Amino acid sequence: MAVLVLLAIAGLLATGVAGGLRCRAADGRVVVYGASLGISVLLVGVGVAALALPAATLRLPLFLPWIGARFRVDALAGFFLIVVNLGAATASLYGLGYGRHETAPERVLPFYPIFLGGLNLVVVAADAFGFLFAWELMSVASWALVIAHHHDPRNMRAGFLYLVMANLSGLALLLAFGLLAGPAGDYSFAAMAASHAAGGTAALALALALFGAGAKAGLIPLHAWLPEAHPAAPSHVSALMSGVMTKVAIYAFVRIAFDLLGATPWWEAVLVLALGGATAVLGVLYALMQRDLKRLLAYSTVENIGIVFIGLGLALAFRADDDPVGATLALTAALLHVFNHMLFKSLLFMGAGAVQTATGTRDMDQLGGLIHRLRFTSFAVLVGCAAISALPPLNGFVSEWLTFQAILLRPDLPQWGFKVMLPADGALLALAAALAAACFVKAFGITFLGRARSAAAADAVEVDGFMRAAMGGLVALCLLGGILPGVLIDALAPVARTVLGARLPEQLTLPWASIVPVGAARSSYDGLLIFLFVAMATSLTVAAIHRFASHAVRRAPAWDCGFPNPSPVTQYTADSFAQPLRRVFAGSLLGAHEVVTLPPPGDTAPARIEKTLRDPIWEYGYAPVVNGVDRLAGVLNKLQFLTIRRYLSLVFLALIALLLVLALWQ
Amino acid sequence: MILSLLVQGLVQGAEMMLVLVAAPLLTGWVRKVKARLQRRRGASVFQPYRDLRRLLGKEVVLAENASWLFRTAPYMIFSFTWVAASLVPTFATGLIFSWTGDLIAIIALLGAARFLLTLAGMDVGTAFGGIGSSREAMIAALAEPAMLMIIISLAVLAGSSQLSTIAQFMLSPTVGLRVSVALALVAFVIVALAENARIPVDNPATHLELTMVHEAMVLEYSGRHLAMIELASSLKLLLMISAIGCIFVPVGLASSGAGFGGYAIGVATYAVKLAVAGALLGTFESAIAKMRVFRVPNLLGGALMLGLLATLLLFVSRGL
Repeated sequence: MAVLVLLAIAGLLATGVAGGLRCRAADGRVVVYGASLGISVLLVGVGVAALALPAATLRLPLFLPWIGARFRVDALAGFFLIVVNLGAATASLYGLGYGRHETAPERVLPFYPIFLGGLNLVVVAADAFGFLFAWELMSVASWALVIAHHHDPRNMRAGFLYLVMANLSGLALLLAFGLLAGPAGDYSFAAMAASHAAGGTAALALALALFGAGAKAGLIPLHAWLPEAHPAAPSHVSALMSGVMTKVAIYAFVRIAFDLLGATPWWEAVLVLALGGATAVLGVLYALMQRDLKRLLAYSTVENIGIVFIGLGLALAFRADDDPVGATLALTAALLHVFNHMLFKSLLFMGAGAVQTATGTRDMDQLGGLIHRLRFTSFAVLVGCAAISALPPLNGFVSEWLTFQAILLRPDLPQWGFKVMLPADGALLALAAALAAACFVKAFGITFLGRARSAAAADAVEVDGFMRAAMGGLVALCLLGGILPGVLIDALAPVARTVLGARLPEQLTLPWASIVPVGAARSSYDGLLIFLFVAMATSLTVAAIHRFASHAVRRAPAWDCGFPNPSPVTQYTADSFAQPLRRVFAGSLLGAHEVVTLPPPGDTAPARIEKTLRDPIWEYGYAPVVNGVDRLAGVLNKLQFLTIRRYLSLVFLALIALLLVLALWQ
Repeated sequence: MILSLLVQGLVQGAEMMLVLVAAPLLTGWVRKVKARLQRRRGASVFQPYRDLRRLLGKEVVLAENASWLFRTAPYMIFSFTWVAASLVPTFATGLIFSWTGDLIAIIALLGAARFLLTLAGMDVGTAFGGIGSSREAMIAALAEPAMLMIIISLAVLAGSSQLSTIAQFMLSPTVGLRVSVALALVAFVIVALAENARIPVDNPATHLELTMVHEAMVLEYSGRHLAMIELASSLKLLLMISAIGCIFVPVGLASSGAGFGGYAIGVATYAVKLAVAGALLGTFESAIAKMRVFRVPNLLGGALMLGLLATLLLFVSRGL
C-alpha cells in the first residue's frame, strides 16, 4: 500500500515535469489536470483501504544515506489521504475548465502536481527528515503558485510574507522534532513514539508543534499571511490551499501531539483552547469586514481552523485527565470538521473562481444579481454557504454539534483552567457560528442576489461543464455528509483507535441513520429524518397550496414602500450590510471607526461617510518585528562601507575573540 | 408492537397538527390582550385565520427581478419552522421522533429559516430589504449565542441536551431552586422576545419603515408567500413559548406511553400555559417602549452574559 502511494507521488512529480515541458502546448492543461485527477482518485481509494487495513510501512534508501527514508500508511494517514485527494480530485476537475482562462499557464502547470505530491508526501512520511522535506516541498510549490500572477505587486508582497511565515513554521517543526528525537537522535517516528517524551520536553515540543502547525494552518496570531496568499493564487489552487493545505498542517499537529507525544501538561490544553476560541471569533469578524470575495473566504478559513483547534484542545484536555471516551469524541469532532471544511471551503473557493471567470472581478460591491445569470453556480454556492454556516441538514452542522457535545460532556474536570475555558469556548464557538451565518448571508446576498451593480455582472455567462461538475460533486458530498454522518463517524473509528486507543460507539447500526455519540439519553441527532421531514413538509405545503389556494402570479415593479429607486447603487453593499455588526463587535476589537460629514444646510455637496479599520494584531504583533528587523538591517548596513583598515582590524578582533572563547571553553 | 407504534405515530402527527392549528390562535390572543389593554375591543382572536385565508386566495405580485430563491424561500422557511416546532414537547415528552434532534438542532433549524429569510430580504435589491436583513443579522449574531449558552447551562444541569430529558429532569425533585436556572430563564425570555421580533427589540405591528426589522425583510412579499411567512412567525412564537413552558414549567407534561387521560391533561395544561404566556406577553409589550436599534445589542449582550454566567456557575459547582 505504501508502495502504491509512493508510486502515485512519483507520478505526480513526473506530471509536474511533463507540465513544465508541455505548458505552452494546447494539451498541457489536459495532461496535467487529467493526470492529477486520475492519481488523486486512485489515492482516495488507497486512503479508504488504509482505514480498514493494518498499517503498512516501507523503508527506502533515499535522502540522507545513513538514515534512509521511512514511510508509513496507518489509519490517521489514510484519513488525511482521503481529505487531501478528495480536495485534489475536485480541484483538478475544476482546473480542466478553469485552466482555459489562465493567462500564464507556464507559471501554474509545472507546480500544481508538485504541490499535490508534496501534500501527499507529508501525510505518509514517517521520519523527521522526510516529513520536513515534504513540508518544504509543499510550501515552495504553493509559493510559486501564489506568485503565478506576479505583475500585481500585492501578489508579490503576499508571496514574500508567505515565504517568511512558511520558513518560521518549518523552523519550529524542525526544533520540535529535534526535541522529540532526543540526544540519541533517532529521527524515525516509530522511535519518537516509543520513547514517549514527557514532562518539560513534551511541553516544549507541543508548543513548538503548535507554532509550526498553527502558522501553516492560520491560527491567530500567526494568520497574517493567509488572507493575503490564499486569494492571490488561481482559484482552484486557493481551494487547495484553504481546503487541503491547512488540513495537512492539522495533520502535523495531530501526529505530533497525539501520536508521537505522551501525556502533556493540562495548561497546554487550556492554551490550545484559548487560541482556538480567539481564532474562531476573530477570524469570522475579519471575514465579515471584507468586500473581496476570496479574502472573505480566506478569513473564514481562519475561523474554521479555530473550530478545529477547539476540538483538538478539548481532546488534549480529556487526555490530560485520562478520559479516552471524551478525547475520542473531541478528536472525532475535530477531524470531522476537517473533512467537512475541506468540502465546503473548496466548493466556495470554486464558486468565487466561477464568479471571477464570469465577471472578471472579486469585489462584491461590483457584483449582484448573479443568481439570474449563473444559475448552477449560485445554487452550488448557496449550498456551500448554508453548510459553512452550520445549518441542518448539511454537513457543517454535524461537526459543530459534535464539538458542542464534547464541551457538554465533562463539566466536572478538576482543573480550574478548564472550568473557565470550557464555557468560554462554548460561548466563543456559538458566537463564531452565528457570525459565520451573518458573514455568508452577506457573501451570498451581495454577490448573487439583488440587482447587478456593474455591466460585467449584468452580462455574466455561466461557467463550463468541468467547473460545474466539480462544484456539483462537492454539493452532493456536503448534503450526503449531513444526512448520513454516521458513515463518517464510523470511518473515523480506526483513526481514533490508532492515536487514542478508544473509539466511539458504532453509529451505522442505529435505526434511521441517527447519530448518538455518547448515550441515547444524552443527545442524538438524525440528519436523514430532518432532511426527510423538511423535504416532505415543503412538498406537501407546496402541493396543498397550489391545489387549494391561488397560484396566480403577476410580475410588477418592486414595491419598496412606494418609492422604488431604479439605480442599483441604492442597494445595500457589502460594507453597509456589515455596518451594524461592525459597530457592535469591531469597535473595540478591530478599531472600527466611522466619520460622517454632513454639509451645512443649503450646501449641495454630498454627505460622506468614511470608515476606518485597524488590524491590532498586525499593528502590535507584526509591525514592531518588521520595524525592528528594518532598523537592525539599517545599522548593520554601515558595515558595507568601511575602509580596508577597519575591515582588517575587525577580522583581527574576531579572531582574538574566537581564540578567547576556545581558551575559556576548556 | 405495531399497534403501539401506530399510536405513537398518531400522537406525533396530532402534535404536529396541534402546533400548526394553535399558532395563529396564539397570535390572535396576544393581539386581543393588547387591544383590551389599550381599551379597544380589538379583532376577534380568530382574525389571523381569516387573514391567512384571504392571503392564500390572492394572487402573488412578484417584483420583476425576483429570483427562484425569493419564490421558494417562504415554503422552506415555513417547513423548517414547522419541523422545529414539532420537535419541542408541547403536551407530551418522549414522542416517537423526539430523538431526531436535540435543543441545539431545534435552534439550528430556526437558524436555517432565518438564513433563508435574510437572503430573501436581499433578493429584490431594495434598500428596505437590505436594512431589514442587515439588522436581523446583527440581532441573530447576539441572540443565537445567548440561546446556545442557555442550552449549555441546561444541558450541563440535566446531563442531556434532549428537550424531553431536560423536561423530565426539571420535573424531578432534585432540581429545587437554583441561581443558574433563574439566570437561564431571564436570558431565555429576552432571547425569545428578540427571536420573535417583539417589543422592545422590534415591533410586529409597525408601519414606520425606519424602525422595521422583520417587516422590512418581508416587505416585497404578497399573497400566499406572505401567508407562509406569517404562519411561520406565528409558529416560531408558539415554539418559543412551548420551549419555555416545557423547560421551566414542565407541569402536566404527559410522559411517553401515557394513556388517553394523560394526554388529555397534557393538552389542557398546555392550553393554559399558552393562554397565560400570551397574556403576559401582551401586557409586557403594552407596558414597554421599543428600543433604538443600537440599544438592542446591550439588551442581547446582557442575555448572553447571563447565559454565560449560568454556565460558569454550573461548571464551578453543579449545585448552583
